[in-house]
Amino acid sequence: MNSGMRSSKAEAVSTIDGHTMIITLSGDIDHHSAKRIRGQIDSDLFIKRPKRAVLDMSAVEFMDSAGLGLILGRIACAEKIGCRLTLLSPSPQVMKILDLAGAGRFIEIKQK
Amino acid sequence: MTNTETIEKKRSGRPPENIRNEIRIELPSSSVNEGIARSVSSVFVSQLDPTFEELSDIKCAVSEAVTNAIVHGYRDKRGIVYITIKILDERTVRIEVRDKGCGIDDIKTAMQPLYTTDPEGERSGMGFTVMESFMDRLTVVSKPGSGTKVTMVKTLGNPKRTFK
Ligand SMILES: Nc1ncnc2c1ncn2[C@@H]1O[C@H](COP(=O)(O)OP(=O)(O)OP(=O)(O)O)[C@@H](O)[C@H]1O
Ligand SMILES: [Mg+2]
Repeated sequence: MNSGMRSSKAEAVSTIDGHTMIITLSGDIDHHSAKRIRGQIDSDLFIKRPKRAVLDMSAVEFMDSAGLGLILGRIACAEKIGCRLTLLSPSPQVMKILDLAGAGRFIEIKQK
Repeated sequence: MTNTETIEKKRSGRPPENIRNEIRIELPSSSVNEGIARSVSSVFVSQLDPTFEELSDIKCAVSEAVTNAIVHGYRDKRGIVYITIKILDERTVRIEVRDKGCGIDDIKTAMQPLYTTDPEGERSGMGFTVMESFMDRLTVVSKPGSGTKVTMVKTLGNPKRTFK
């Protein structure tokens, strides 16, 4: 964690746990980083083709509407391969943005 | 023809203009500068001793406005994004983000939640909605062909946390 003065590099790391793929997002998710993160998640999803995927948001330090676009896009992408996506532990700041878009209607959001 | 749209919460009158401090930033329209703009705003606004939530809200609103200038205003062209942040009174910050890009024809429609002219870019169309709900006042002035100016004002809540 940094103090918020500096933007930190966004990353997406995937691991497999049984039939579930766990994708851990970290850092600052904005328009600049979203494209790279999107490519990484999609290639992991298409190669492993899991039945379920969890997007762990707990290490995301910043997210704006580009992150919303990223999440909505990944829901669509997961659906294409018959995979159900869940969001895990978004911070209160990230939750504020998710709530603005009514994201709870499109995706299950769980806390750790 | 210049278009304007203002959305205001909280107070109705404009705060008295008493600029306590000011910073001007000019950044090329490259996406790496979205994070730079957030960081600089964060450092500058920190002199008001904002809460973590207030600072997060301001960073997010700045990110939205700067990203819009880069993505929509200038599209793939090069241009300069002009950012001015003013500390108005002990607790009020005003942020202006300006571009000399393509401008917006219909601001009212552009500001609607979920409205985007770029669905292929995986955009949610929530940028203006974020700016509007995270700040107290949002004004968008635009002239098609000449550019767009987004002005956002936020008054921080805790009267004990004031400009020193
Ligand atoms: N600076 C600008 N110059 C030109 N057009 C703009 C500018 N800012 C916004 N717009 C227009 O307003 C629309 C809505 O902007 P908004 O930020 O709400 O959504 P978005 O940028 O399309 O998606 P998101 O912000 O969720 O990624 C944009 O799609 C674009 O057409
Ligand atoms: Mg936007």
